[in-house]
Amino acid sequence: MTVYTLKIDGRDVAGSEGQSIMDVAEENGIDIPGLCHLPGIHDRGACRLCVVKIGGSPRLAAACVTRIAEGMDVVAHDEELEEYRRAATEMMFLERNHVCAVCVANNHCELQELSADLGMTHFELPRISPTVDVDLSHKLFGLDHNRCILCLRCVRVCDEIEGAHVWDVMHRGLETRIQADMGVDWGDSATCTSCGKCVQVCPTGALFEKGRPVAAGTRDERPFLPWLRVHQEERGL
Amino acid sequence: MSRPRIATVWLDGCSGCHMSLIDLDERILDIFGRADLVYGPLVDVKVFPENVDVCLVEGAVSSVDDLERIKTVRERTKTLIAFGDCAVTSNVPGMRNPIGVEPLLKRAYLENVDINPMIPNRIVPQLLPTSQPVNRFVDVDIFLPGCPPHADLIYTLLDDLLSGRTPSVAGARFGR
Repeated sequence: MTVYTLKIDGRDVAGSEGQSIMDVAEENGIDIPGLCHLPGIHDRGACRLCVVKIGGSPRLAAACVTRIAEGMDVVAHDEELEEYRRAATEMMFLERNHVCAVCVANNHCELQELSADLGMTHFELPRISPTVDVDLSHKLFGLDHNRCILCLRCVRVCDEIEGAHVWDVMHRGLETRIQADMGVDWGDSATCTSCGKCVQVCPTGALFEKGRPVAAGTRDERPFLPWLRVHQEERGL
Repeated sequence: MSRPRIATVWLDGCSGCHMSLIDLDERILDIFGRADLVYGPLVDVKVFPENVDVCLVEGAVSSVDDLERIKTVRERTKTLIAFGDCAVTSNVPGMRNPIGVEPLLKRAYLENVDINPMIPNRIVPQLLPTSQPVNRFVDVDIFLPGCPPHADLIYTLLDDLLSGRTPSVAGARFGR
């Protein structure tokens, strides 16, 4: 396997051919934020929070879907990138109806945590306040589109690990929604195995376990996702 | 030099942020040993006074009355602080925004009421079409998110302002 050497934020690091900038940064303890990225499932560069600058390239690249190359000079943190990340995060908050105080994921939410890490104290843009559905038809779980940021972790984990491919995406732009099967209520899905993997990987409160009060949170006892670890090893990551 | 004048305002919120202010406990003596509390739900003054140095605004702007008040507050205040998630993001009051005023009032006052159902239209101020954060209407100098912001954060912020330091809201975040 070819080993490449490169720089991330001025640090000399090395990685194997085929690895992403995100993978190598993680291995070297360099924190690049990302909400759609989850080790063990394929990356898709959806959330754009991991954008980095690559020396010699005029445009930003998503670190999770950009492979390393010999001599690459990557800037993962500077004032401009933080500003882009704040803007992207702000738009995620405003596109749907995120109300941290009364969310099942309050204090266990990657979006909320990220906003704090980025020092976000308010929004400059107006809220969209769309009318979206909450699907409570499944006997164990719920889907609240108000909290969905379209990271598509649920789509990928269901397809790549559970092998059921219950989830997919319908419509475009602001109308984009996660859908079960061909747009049926989750409870009526013929393919769902009720394994709960999608609920475990959801970074926000969009997918949640039913029957838990808001104050109890749902992520305290999130297991360490053993099946993701196995998958990671199989992929040689 | 005269003592700094602090005001607090309660718009569309649950008063939890004011409760958090009271949670300063004995530190409240320190703050109001150095400044005067000139207006707010905790003092019996009816009209928002002139020349306020710092105003903590709790709650979203949801009614015509809220809107009028926040404009007055802005005109008469040097440092306006959006105090807590409702003032900062519209938070829980904003959850009605996708529903719309009419269906909301119908649901609350007609459909779910057995005795004398009617939509209140006197004394209570008219609702705005949507509930919005304070910064949609007036300039905000400092945002202190949190539902509610922790008393320690409130103390640090007020202490900074009274001591002439650059005010810090480090550690503040949305939610509880």
